[in-house]
Amino acid sequence: MSTANHAGFHHAHHFESAEHQYQSSKQGIWLFLVTEILMFGGLFVAYSIYHSLYPQIFHAGSKQLSITLGAVNTVVLLFSSFTMALGINFVQRGLRLKAIIALAVTIVCALIFMVVKYFEYTHKFHVGTVPGKYAYTDETRSTTKVAALVKEAGQVSAEEREHTLHMDEEEYKHLRLLNDTHNWPLFFGFYFVMSGIHGLHVLAGACLIFWVLLKVLRNKVGPEYYTPVEGVGLFWHVVDLIWIYLFPLLYLVG
Amino acid sequence: MSHAATSAHTEHNYLNHQKGIWSWLTTLDHKRIGIMYFIAIMSFFLLGGIFALLVRAELFTPGKTLFSADVYNRMMTYHGAIMVFMVIVPGIPAIFGNFVLPIMIGAKDVAFPRLNLMSWYMLMIGALITGSTLFMDRVDTGWTFYTPYSSIKTGMGVIPMVLGVFIIGFSSILTGLNFIVTTHKLRAPGITMTRIPLMVWALYSTAILQVLATPVLAITLLLLVAEKTLGVGIFDPQLGGDPVLFQHFFWFYSHPAVYIMILPAMGVISELVATFSRKVIFGYTAIAYSSLAIAGVSFLVWGHHMFVSGQSEFAGLLFSVITMLVGVPTAIKLFNWIATMYRGSVRLDAPMLFALGFMFLFTIGGLTGVYLASTGMDIHFHDTYFVVAHFHYVMVGGTLMALMGALIYWFPKVTGKMTNDTLGRISWVFIFSGFNVTFYPQFILGAMGMPRRYYDYLPTFTELNQMSTVGSWLIGTGFIVGLVAVIHGLIAGEKAGNDPWGGKTLEWTIPSPPPHENFDKTPVVTGGPYEYR
Repeated sequence: MSTANHAGFHHAHHFESAEHQYQSSKQGIWLFLVTEILMFGGLFVAYSIYHSLYPQIFHAGSKQLSITLGAVNTVVLLFSSFTMALGINFVQRGLRLKAIIALAVTIVCALIFMVVKYFEYTHKFHVGTVPGKYAYTDETRSTTKVAALVKEAGQVSAEEREHTLHMDEEEYKHLRLLNDTHNWPLFFGFYFVMSGIHGLHVLAGACLIFWVLLKVLRNKVGPEYYTPVEGVGLFWHVVDLIWIYLFPLLYLVG
Repeated sequence: MSHAATSAHTEHNYLNHQKGIWSWLTTLDHKRIGIMYFIAIMSFFLLGGIFALLVRAELFTPGKTLFSADVYNRMMTYHGAIMVFMVIVPGIPAIFGNFVLPIMIGAKDVAFPRLNLMSWYMLMIGALITGSTLFMDRVDTGWTFYTPYSSIKTGMGVIPMVLGVFIIGFSSILTGLNFIVTTHKLRAPGITMTRIPLMVWALYSTAILQVLATPVLAITLLLLVAEKTLGVGIFDPQLGGDPVLFQHFFWFYSHPAVYIMILPAMGVISELVATFSRKVIFGYTAIAYSSLAIAGVSFLVWGHHMFVSGQSEFAGLLFSVITMLVGVPTAIKLFNWIATMYRGSVRLDAPMLFALGFMFLFTIGGLTGVYLASTGMDIHFHDTYFVVAHFHYVMVGGTLMALMGALIYWFPKVTGKMTNDTLGRISWVFIFSGFNVTFYPQFILGAMGMPRRYYDYLPTFTELNQMSTVGSWLIGTGFIVGLVAVIHGLIAGEKAGNDPWGGKTLEWTIPSPPPHENFDKTPVVTGGPYEYR
């Protein structure tokens, strides 16, 4: 049962051959990926401008991010790119069952990424390291939520911080550094917008992989026709690639 | 053709291939999608035109004439946003590009027909969302949505408005992507890149701009939404952001977008000039590559919108020089068109009149652009009516003239019927003269110092403003006559035949209206697109 028993594929009427259609589709997908990169390009430009203007904000801000969780997510995404590539390869070779497993693993990786992201985000909401106006306790933007938290933590002993506030010494130190930095919510504006839009792309990618997985299950793709699988794969690699830039930029550079 | 003798009822073409409204809404035929774009975009044009007439009416006298300042600001915003994002940017590529591009290169359809239909739906959805803000919290930012006014001061209606424009931008990207792949991959045998009609070159260059510039607009608008909802502070000076960054981003898209508006128009003019001069176009390669050159340079000139924003003098100098550079490829085109007409058998049918109108008005618009590109002059003219007159001469005088020319030129191919040439000429007289009456006084107003966007003005400016308003009625009349010509043509137009104008490009070799799959047999091309003599 290694060869897929899918329905014979007929190319659309305005193409000369299946190969012609495949080449055209591939060019279209690459052009679309160019637009994705350019869209993130705007964010990267804005990030680098503000990073050079306010290095201290970005230093204090990046200390708030968990390098461990970020690194885990990087590994997860890199691995998912590998399984995606395997999936395409298996579809091309007609190894249907292996292709299904590889694509399913890719989707699972995408979900793991989002779950880790969820924990990162909720922690940020918890300590108040959120963008712009939400970082402040009042309309006049005089006190930040972090300032309130640091004040509360400053009044208790280290053990109590650990137990009641779930805050270890490292985090306490980082939050104090952040609190001493003027206008730090700007960093979290960038963090949430950049990682948020990337997260939406991960979700979109997972849906697309699910779509091609269904195609594999229904024998709609196989060695003669695998354009959608390859297209989605390219999209997934770009999503991965963008994260590979985001991770050092947000987590490490500061 | 043997078909010519049979009556219209028995002819098998793309219009009667399938029947019913549903067959139109689900069609994958590029020709039908072109017509759907035509209907949609002309409706937007009517709406934007009504807003324009109302804005001009309000400015008939100083102080309050018809509406409050608040209503005026909103009308001006909708006029700008509708005209730019829903009419002039998609206009020629989406309507005529869709219809003629595949035929001109001997293809049966665009590369991605489903994506093409999706682009249309995205334009509709975007337009609906944008239009719905008419009934919501006020949007009075102008079509540029400049921060910090849009992000901090004004109402929340900006959010749906901007999201609507974002979706329209997606539509633009997908159309551009489709055209690039179609041009690369679907040319019939023998049509090398140097044998494609100049309209295709223009659409191709436009498509490159659409794909490369629009994503930057997308992220800019998303950031504006994030700014308004989350207060991310990227543009908000109170939070450490920079409102001028918005302008940089915005014009990094919107300046190339100006060429998204004008390049297809230039493509149309190249077709018209060649056909109605009965001559091989002069300097084919120069016109073709100048489209690419304009597309390339357009990315490097956005800073001329920001001469007085506090950027460095050196930056101002650089942007000034590069901006003037755009004049070179533009002039190459213009001189080549004139050289084509020289000793040609020029026929002044309505489309050719619109082509000549384009050259006249676009030249004025372009030359006044040189004033604005000079940093010293710009400080005087900045944000005055001089700028308004300049960009209307370029965009309206350029794009809408070409749109009307294209409409009458390809009408026989699309419908199989001719428009009445007299009606077309009357329409041209009204639009052309009305246009000059409207916008020429605005150059003077601007030079005298009347600021743009304002609700009120000094009594000194009254006469010129009244002249301008009367001119707007003439333009309105001209477009109504154009509409009458179209409706008359649809109902009572003469039968067109395959090639009523004597055109030489591929679309004139097939029946009008074209059959469902464009060509019965894939054409094989052995020469250039304009082989007159």
